[in-house]
Amino acid sequence: MGDLLNLFVKSIFIENMIFAYFLGMCSYLAVSKTVKTAVGLGAAVIFVLAITVPANYLLESYILKPGALGTWLGSEYADIDLSFLSFIMFIAVIASMVQLVEMIVEKFAPALYSSLGIFLPLIAVNCAILGGSLFMQQKDFGTITESFVYGLGSGIGWLLAIVAIAAIREKISYSNVPAPLKGLGITFIITGLMAIAFMSFGGIKL
Amino acid sequence: MMAEKEGMFSQKNKRLLLDPLNDDNPISVQVLGICSALAITVQLKPAIVMSVAVLFVLIASNVIVSLIRNLIPSRIRIIVQLVIVAGLVILVDLVLKAYLYDVSKELSVFVGLIITNCIIMGRLEAFALANGPWKAFLDAVGNAGGYALILVIVAFFRELLGSGKLLGYEILGHKGKTLADSTGLYHFGYENNGFMLLSPMALIAVGIYIWIQRSKNRKLIEA
Repeated sequence: MGDLLNLFVKSIFIENMIFAYFLGMCSYLAVSKTVKTAVGLGAAVIFVLAITVPANYLLESYILKPGALGTWLGSEYADIDLSFLSFIMFIAVIASMVQLVEMIVEKFAPALYSSLGIFLPLIAVNCAILGGSLFMQQKDFGTITESFVYGLGSGIGWLLAIVAIAAIREKISYSNVPAPLKGLGITFIITGLMAIAFMSFGGIKL
Repeated sequence: MMAEKEGMFSQKNKRLLLDPLNDDNPISVQVLGICSALAITVQLKPAIVMSVAVLFVLIASNVIVSLIRNLIPSRIRIIVQLVIVAGLVILVDLVLKAYLYDVSKELSVFVGLIITNCIIMGRLEAFALANGPWKAFLDAVGNAGGYALILVIVAFFRELLGSGKLLGYEILGHKGKTLADSTGLYHFGYENNGFMLLSPMALIAVGIYIWIQRSKNRKLIEA
């Protein structure tokens, strides 16, 4: 339990998707003009990360890993190594999961759909989602719970970052920024300063 | 379908190639492909390898999608594009693992993340689906060039100021234990700025690049 909590806090603050790895920067910069849309996209990212990381974990440990097929198909499949397929499988899972989630949300939670709906298709090509799965593969988690906690934590960290920058951008539109820095330039520099602040979380252990 | 006859390097095609280097740079103007641009610019070598990888994937996928653009049903075009790009990225990954293993380790997940690099999807959606293969080729070279330009500039300054090296060679002299041991700039008490190696500086460096670019080219300034 302590390990899981540690992983959770670590994935939110210390290994923050945006401030430590710069994943999902494109939508982070494009959709952070107002807090309201930022919250919508952030919630969609949490949702999709928490589903796709465990799904890809299952795929990784039962099909793609070297020798994974042997554990349930019999020993003659034990020396098959499908790990070169992982990129294409992960992205296929993500794209189809996003489609599936979109349909389910539309059917059962129309209110949520009208607020999340436009962001969901965007998410299939958000690097944070594929990045979550690739980091999961690299970290070699032991159980599906760990991968779920990691996906959830990374998503929450991403939401935190995009809501924070959106709030700052709303305020900064009233300040006197040098003209060439306006918009994109100042957003980059502020993100850099926020990343410095987030570095102070480094080394926290529960 | 070539309705009007155009030279291979007509004025229009030249613009396709040159615009992305400055006026329409994928990173600093179109805001695409930032994720990977920032994470791998600590040193020059991985930045160059990454640029070449993106150049290859972008050219190949732009030309392929442009060739089959009339066959792809528009409802499933995103998945088709993702599969084409993912296939090409697997090729790149395997080649890197075979010939440049240490760089491939350093780039870690970022090779895989070329799949979701927004430059590639953005150019496929915006350009390759509507234009012929030769134009798509030029567009790909131009955009990958603009991407490489920023990567190399940022990595150049980060490696030079952060560790005093370029491509692993000690440009500013060798730092010994004492001043007397050291050569070059270090002999006079110069210190490396270790902060340049940390991730926040990548963001700030790109911010400064945008600042300089826009003060030279005032039509890019946002209202």
